[in-house]
Amino acid sequence: MTQAFRIENGGLINRDKKLSFKFNGKTYFGYEGDTLASALLANGVHLVGRSFKYHRPRGFFGAGVDEPYAVVQLYRNGETEPNIKATEQELFEGLEAKSVNCWPNVNFDIGAINNFLKIFLPAGFYYKTFMWPKSFWYRIYEPFIRKAAGLGVASTKHDKERYEHKYEYCDLLIAGSGPSGLAGAYAAAKNGAKVILAEDKPRFGGSLLTSDVNIGNQSGKDWAEGIIAELKTMPNVVVKNRSQIFGYYDHNMLVMSEKVSDHLPSTKKYHPNKRLWYIRAKEVLISSGSIERPIVFGNNDTPGVMLSSAAKEYLKVYGVLVGRKPLVFTNNDSGYETAIEFKKHGVDPVVLDSRKNAESEIIDEAKNLGINIKNSYVVVAAQGYKKVKSADIASISEDKKQLGKIENIQCDCICVSGFWTPTIHLASQSGNKTKFKEEIDAFVPGQSKQNEITLGAANGIFSLDETLKTSFKAGSELSKKITEKDNEIAIPNVVEKKSSQHDKFWCVPLPKGKNYKRFLDFQNDVAVSDVEIALREGYRSIEHVKRYTTLGMATDQGKTSNLNGLQLVSEIENKVVPAVGHTTFRPPYTPVSIGAIVGREVGKHSKPTRKSPMHEWHEKNNAVFVDAGVWLRPRYYKKGNENLFEASKREAKNVRANVGVCDVTTLGKIDVKGPDAAELLNRVYTNAWLKLPVGKARYGVMLREDGIVMDDGTTTRISENHYHMTTTTAQAANVLSHLEYYLQLVWPELNVNVVSTTEQWAGAAIAGPKSRDLLKKLFPNSDVSNEGLPFMGYMEGDLFGVKARIFRISFSGELAYEVNVESDYGNFMWEKIIEAGEEFNIQPYGTEALSTLRIEMGHVAGSELDGRTIPFDNALEGLVSKKKDFIGKRSLQRSAFTAEDRQRIVGVVPLDKQTSIPEGSHLVKDDKAPLPNPKLGHISASCWSVEYDNPFSLAILKDGKNMIGQKLFAMSPLKNKVIPVEIVSSHYVDPKGERVRS
Amino acid sequence: MLYINCPHCGMRSQNEFSYGGDASVKRPELNKEVTDQEWDNFVYNRKSIRGKHLELWQHISGCRQWIKVERDTATHEIFRTFKADEEVA
Ligand SMILES: [Zn+2]
Repeated sequence: MTQAFRIENGGLINRDKKLSFKFNGKTYFGYEGDTLASALLANGVHLVGRSFKYHRPRGFFGAGVDEPYAVVQLYRNGETEPNIKATEQELFEGLEAKSVNCWPNVNFDIGAINNFLKIFLPAGFYYKTFMWPKSFWYRIYEPFIRKAAGLGVASTKHDKERYEHKYEYCDLLIAGSGPSGLAGAYAAAKNGAKVILAEDKPRFGGSLLTSDVNIGNQSGKDWAEGIIAELKTMPNVVVKNRSQIFGYYDHNMLVMSEKVSDHLPSTKKYHPNKRLWYIRAKEVLISSGSIERPIVFGNNDTPGVMLSSAAKEYLKVYGVLVGRKPLVFTNNDSGYETAIEFKKHGVDPVVLDSRKNAESEIIDEAKNLGINIKNSYVVVAAQGYKKVKSADIASISEDKKQLGKIENIQCDCICVSGFWTPTIHLASQSGNKTKFKEEIDAFVPGQSKQNEITLGAANGIFSLDETLKTSFKAGSELSKKITEKDNEIAIPNVVEKKSSQHDKFWCVPLPKGKNYKRFLDFQNDVAVSDVEIALREGYRSIEHVKRYTTLGMATDQGKTSNLNGLQLVSEIENKVVPAVGHTTFRPPYTPVSIGAIVGREVGKHSKPTRKSPMHEWHEKNNAVFVDAGVWLRPRYYKKGNENLFEASKREAKNVRANVGVCDVTTLGKIDVKGPDAAELLNRVYTNAWLKLPVGKARYGVMLREDGIVMDDGTTTRISENHYHMTTTTAQAANVLSHLEYYLQLVWPELNVNVVSTTEQWAGAAIAGPKSRDLLKKLFPNSDVSNEGLPFMGYMEGDLFGVKARIFRISFSGELAYEVNVESDYGNFMWEKIIEAGEEFNIQPYGTEALSTLRIEMGHVAGSELDGRTIPFDNALEGLVSKKKDFIGKRSLQRSAFTAEDRQRIVGVVPLDKQTSIPEGSHLVKDDKAPLPNPKLGHISASCWSVEYDNPFSLAILKDGKNMIGQKLFAMSPLKNKVIPVEIVSSHYVDPKGERVRS
Repeated sequence: MLYINCPHCGMRSQNEFSYGGDASVKRPELNKEVTDQEWDNFVYNRKSIRGKHLELWQHISGCRQWIKVERDTATHEIFRTFKADEEVA
């Protein structure tokens, strides 16, 4: 394939590096520095897709971020990404892309039938259809729309690309590297300010790359390159291309998406695909430029109709002719600049100017070049289906209402210029109240809300000279405030051609008897007639018109359509545009990859993983791990072909029969120190703490102020003013915050300090009838007898030279101890326990066996303390002091909490003693009762009792106190199970608690 | 994202803080008889203020201090911040 539309010389592409790529399966060639769009146009390819609703053929309309049509599905390095603008995607060797919105292919598209059934999809189609019989929606419309609509397909595979987040702080952030951005950045940088300059395109310079101007005796492009080169050498400046600032948030926080690798065939090793920058800027200079706006005429969506500035950019930057017989349709001088470029490259354009007469230096140049100019002429309609073949043109009356005789002229592209729309998105997102600027028929930023200033074309200033002067000044003054330096900069001399006043003309009237579609929104197929329908049906607010017609709601966010839509509404409503107002600009300015937003926080990176010091030992001993909060804990230790059930049963049995050891490092630990420590505990826990002697532990329950149990755990008095508090693994962080809240805000008079020591201690629970024998071996110099270390006792010990804390506490209900050593000795402790325990048949046990042991003992845990239960519900009312006040006590008087039939924990056994009851099952009286079957309670935790060798569950049951002995049904619609059960005491094993004291 | 001036640490991004609600709520004193209404007001009833609001934040990923922040709930403007024990004039 030849690049038939590439001119011989010129452009900023690298002609030494030829690249091959595929579009819709066909191979083409382009050059390094091309976009997919420019490379396709160089090959004469104008048909790139089908429109969203009517499936009309779609070509290229712009050359950058404003592109409404050329959205493709991209294939790169085995991955696929939808919603890629061909005008932004840089070409790389081996690139593959496909059209979207067409089936079976772009040339023959079944959905195009919609185009002939326009009655089918008028404005408000989606809303009206929803009101039709529901069955129609599911059977007919939804499948049809699903097939027809959409802008590509998201990959269902795991994304192997990496995305990074970066936080940055700077004095000045400059959005856009056109003349205003460069001037502002340069002035600020010279004053020593910390500057970030962001450009969304690969090349810096913005409009200077395509405009015919002279700055300081250089071409605009050379001047821009010089400034960028100097900025790059400055240590206080960060210059970023391919980086789009897409959102302006509170307190001058802006977010930028940097495309690090999209222009390469594959991402380099250790590089991210994209990098998301969160930038907190003291000042923001918005130099986002402006976007040319179209003039609306018949069939203005035909491939080959495009913005005149885009045609100029394809020619000047990429050396590509978008046509050989161009027709330029303009209401201002910009169209002439494009015509002049065509003429300079040996192509004869025809210019239609809606103005009766206009004179300027630019127009004079066009005349001198002999360009054919027709004043008071407009394009009535483009002709051609998949590509412009000709245009119906006509003269137009001065009031722009009457068309003259229609003539048809041959052309292969129509370059449109309806003047310029400042890009005010960022300013508006920041809260700036925009104002309408009559001279340019567009909104510009008004009063700044945050520290932002909008410069140049984005502020409606289209003279280069004025732009540079104001931008240098802004950059200089803002930086001076911050750095207190004032380095004078000589403002360069500017040579630019003067232009004449544009014509406030934006829509060509329909000729008599013709019913051409005149599109406003090119991506969402919203035509003039759709907005007319919406207004006829009573929609008035521009926000409602937008949603009813979908005008400006596509992925291009109406960059080329919004203002013309407003013009139309104001015309029909007989209001001025500012009275109609514009819709809200919301971030993101352009689509951002979900991957970039998520960053590294995927899979295991979504939260930190904590491992105990004994983790490696567990791994070596076939532990199967489970997530417990942020921790990884052994769930069971697999022996041979054991499954979870078999292994946990073995481990639990061994605890009841011999001795087991469990890693309890993950338990939350808080050091509570100070003369008022006991008083704090007394207020935080429901039970009494003032008389706990040194060397003793106590179990405590803490409530929230609303009376709900927040957490439980044991706290030990280590010394006079020092307590060691333990919390559940899950609530550790919340409990610390809770204590800090009361100490800092409610009772600052208490002299207590709290600090988390969770990571400082490694913990091992040693449980089982032989645990004391083992302990004696581990601590031969300590008296760990029942008298020396009674239940809930505490002592320090010497573990083969390592200082250890020994607590006689039990979660398993067996005679048990917990040994803590400093974390670095955790593995040493563990290995000593295993070694010394061998003669007692010690086995490590995981969380599953731990659950089994606590469930059959009726000890509550997170599944019962679920944020909905009070102490009574958990049979913990014995721990609620009647004498003293504590957090949440007053709430326990609420009538619901003191009701006679208040819910309470019970034990549940299946009548067949065989069927395990799924956790979460509902308890009901009658399994045959009509739905909704009244729920009496739910199963909170289930296990296989190793004591009795049958299933056993805990449940929170209404009136549980009086339900012992009752027969109910446990129903699990999820598991499709109905199990007849008997209610028993929650203390299924050792109800008197003799073992822990033995 | 808000930019909060922690009176102990300086300007820090919102993601270092956690929100703690209305700072004007006072816990009834311990051991003091309170009516159901008073207790409900303390535990549950909150005003949803549009405009200037004194609220609690904890600098949870920083100094762990609870601070008071005077913020406009509609515009997010932050006027002043205070230490926990500082009088709000
Ligand atoms: Zn702080």
